[in-house]
Amino acid sequence: MNPLSRRSWIRLAGFGTAAAGLLRFGPLRRASAQEHAATPAMEHAAHMMGPVGAADLTRFDPTTYLRAWNFSDLAPDVRSRYYRETKRPDGSLFREYEIVAIDREIEIAPGVYFPAWTFNGQVPGPTIRATEGDRVRVNFLNQGSHPHTIHFHGWHHPDMDGSMPEHQVMPGSKFVYEFDAEPFGTHLYHCHAVPLKRHIHKGLYGVFIVDPKAARPAADELIMMMNGFDTDFDSDNEVYAVNSLANAYVAHPVRVEVGRLVRIHLINVTEFDLINSFHLHGMFFDVFRTGTRMAADDHTDTVMLCQGERVILETTFRYPGKFMFHAHQSEFAELGWMGLFEAVGSRRDT
Amino acid sequence: MTPDVISAPPAAPSISRARLWTAILLPLVLLAGVVSLIVRFSPAERLRDPAAPPAENLAIRRVLLQPDGFVVTVLNESPEAVRIAQVTVDDAYWQFTADPGPEVRPLRSTTLSIPYPWVAGEAHVIQLMSSTGTKFTYEIPVALRTPEPGGRQLLIFAAIGLFVGVIPVALGLLWFPVLRGLGRNGIDAVLAFTIGLLLFLVLDGTEEGLESSGLLPGTFHGTALFALCAAAAYTALELVGGWLSRRKAAIRAAGPPSGWTLALMIAVGIGLHNFSEGLAIGAAFALGQAAFGTLLIIGFTLHNVTEGLAIISPIAKENPGIPGLLKLGLIGGVPTIVGAWVGGLVYSPVAAVIFLGLGVGAIVQVIVQILSQMARDRPLAERLVQAPIALALLGGFAVMYLTGMLIV
Repeated sequence: MNPLSRRSWIRLAGFGTAAAGLLRFGPLRRASAQEHAATPAMEHAAHMMGPVGAADLTRFDPTTYLRAWNFSDLAPDVRSRYYRETKRPDGSLFREYEIVAIDREIEIAPGVYFPAWTFNGQVPGPTIRATEGDRVRVNFLNQGSHPHTIHFHGWHHPDMDGSMPEHQVMPGSKFVYEFDAEPFGTHLYHCHAVPLKRHIHKGLYGVFIVDPKAARPAADELIMMMNGFDTDFDSDNEVYAVNSLANAYVAHPVRVEVGRLVRIHLINVTEFDLINSFHLHGMFFDVFRTGTRMAADDHTDTVMLCQGERVILETTFRYPGKFMFHAHQSEFAELGWMGLFEAVGSRRDT
Repeated sequence: MTPDVISAPPAAPSISRARLWTAILLPLVLLAGVVSLIVRFSPAERLRDPAAPPAENLAIRRVLLQPDGFVVTVLNESPEAVRIAQVTVDDAYWQFTADPGPEVRPLRSTTLSIPYPWVAGEAHVIQLMSSTGTKFTYEIPVALRTPEPGGRQLLIFAAIGLFVGVIPVALGLLWFPVLRGLGRNGIDAVLAFTIGLLLFLVLDGTEEGLESSGLLPGTFHGTALFALCAAAAYTALELVGGWLSRRKAAIRAAGPPSGWTLALMIAVGIGLHNFSEGLAIGAAFALGQAAFGTLLIIGFTLHNVTEGLAIISPIAKENPGIPGLLKLGLIGGVPTIVGAWVGGLVYSPVAAVIFLGLGVGAIVQVIVQILSQMARDRPLAERLVQAPIALALLGGFAVMYLTGMLIV
C-alpha cells in the first residue's frame, strides 16, 4: 500500500535522486544483482526458506499417518470401535469401518488453521486397507454441517457410488457402503457431494488400498497424499503438502532403513491445480501405475499425477543420510510440499 | 395556550449550586454505568455468530530493502488481535522474526525481519498469512536498496528542500522592485494572480490530502482529520491575523489586515504547504521509491517560483527592507527542508494528512484575506469581474496548472 499518490511517488523520488546528483554525490548507486548475490548476508538469506514455528502434532501427526491403516494407530480397545474384521468361510475377511464426517479446524502450516470438513476429524481421512476379495462395509455417519457422501474408487454397484443427488447423506443421517475389495491397487475415496471442488478441497478424502491376494514383497510402506489448501477461498492453494501439514517431513524427516525396500503409496487429490508431482533426490524408483499390476511401468525419479491419479513407488536406499523429496513444481515445493527422508544404516549396494 | 402565559414568561427557577452540579454530572455518571454494563455483558459478542471468522485487517505500512532482506512494518487495523503465522515472499514460505512479536493487537504495529535474497531491479511480492489463512499482500514493483538515514541523507533532503522550496520562493521575491512600480490596478492584478496560484494549491493539497486520508486506518477517519486540520489552521490564522491587526490598529485606523500581516500570513500558509510537500519528498525517498529525472526538479522549481511572488504581492507599497523579505522567504521556503527531514526519517501517512490539511486551511484563509484587501475601496464582486483582474486570476491558476504538468 502506498501512503502517497502514485504521482507523488514518481515526482518526489525523482527529486531526491536529481538533488543527490546536483550535490555531486553522484546518482544513487544502482547495485546490480550480482553485487547483491555476492554479499555474505544474501548467501545466508538463501537458506531461510520454509515456514516459521512448529505445528501441534497431538491431534494429527503426519509421521503416524504415513504408516497407519485400518485404525492401526489407535489403542486396541479404541480401535475396535472404528474397525472390526471377521474371517469368512473362504478365508477372506469381512472388514467393517465406522467413518464419521465432521467439521474440524486443522493446522495446515505452523500457526495457520483451516476450517476443514473431515472424515473422523483428520485430513486425509483414515486409510482403509483390505485384501482383494475381502468384503468391505463402511458405516457412514454425517455429523457435519452439509450433506456428504463417500465415493470409493474401485468396483462397486452403482447404488454404492455416493455420487448421485439421491446418494447424498444429510447432516445427522447415516448410510452403509458395502462392496468387495477389487481390483488390487492403491485407490482413494472422497466426498462426491456438490459443489465437488469445495467438498474435496475442504478435506473430505482418504486412501483406499487393496492388496493383491499374492502379497507384494515385504516393505516399509508409506502413505503419502499430495494435497493443498485454499485458505482465502480464491480458488488457489496457499498451502501445499503431503499429508496436510506444510513441510512436516522437513521438521520431522521420514526415517527409513538403508537396504530395506520402501513402498510409497502416492495419491494426488490437489484441487485447483491441474497436476502435482513427486521427485526424489539422489535415487530412482519403480513406478506401478494405480498399483494394479505387479510389473513396474517405469523407472524414474520424477512422477506426475493428475487429481485422483495414484501410483505405487518402490525403491531401496543405498546411502545413509538425508534425501529431499518434493513436488517438481517449484512453486508447490516452496509453498509447503517438501520433505526429507532420513536413511539410517551403513551403505549398501542394491 | 393563553395570552397571559406568553406575556408573562416564567421566572428562571433558581437552583442551588449543588443541584446544578448534580444535574450536570448525573447523565455522565449514568453514561459511565451504561458503558460498564456494555463492557461487562458485551451485547455485540452475543449477537455475533460464533462461527463467523474474525475480521482481520493488516496494513503493511513500510518495507525497507536491506542487503540481508526486508524489514516490514505492519499495523493491525482490525478491532481484534491478529497473529501473523507465516510469511511468503514470491510464493515461497520464508523465515521471519517479529519484533515485538507475531501477535499484533488492534492499532499496534510489529516489525518483521525477513532474510530474503531479493534481486535488484526486479519485482517481489510479500504476503503475510494470518492464523486463519487470510493473506495481506505488498508488492515491490522495483527492488532497490532503501537509502539509510544518515548525514548524507540529511544533506540530500536539505538540498531537495532548497531546490523545491527555498530557491524558488527567493527567486520570486526578487520581483519586489517590479511590484513597487505598479499602480493600484497593477497591484490588484498581481493579487488576483496570486489568488489563482493559491486556488491551485488548495485544489492540489485537497486532492493529495484526501488521497492520503483514504490510506489511513478507518479509526483515524482520515477525511475528517483532514477537514479538522484545515479548519484548525484557518481558525488559528484568523485569530492570529486579527490579533496582529488589532495591535497595529493602535497606530493606524482599524481595517483589513495590513500588507505586512497579510504577507506574513501568506508566507505561513505557503510554508505549511511546503512542509507537507517536504514530508512527501522525504517519505518517497525513505521508502525507497526511486525514479530518475532532473527534469522533474526543474519543473518543481518553476512551479514554486510563483510562491515568492504571492508572498510579496500585498506589500508592494510598503518597505519591508531586505531583512523583512528574507524573513518572509525563509518562512515560506525552509519548512520544505524540515518536512523532508521529518518525512525521510519518521514518515507516517497520518502526519501527511495533518500537514496537508493544515496547509489547505492556511491557504484558504490567506485567499480570504487577500480578497478582503482587494475589496478595500470597492465591492469585491465588482472588482473581480474587471477584465484585468479576472484574467490575472485565471492566469495565476493556468500558470500553476501548466508548470504542474512538468511534475508528472
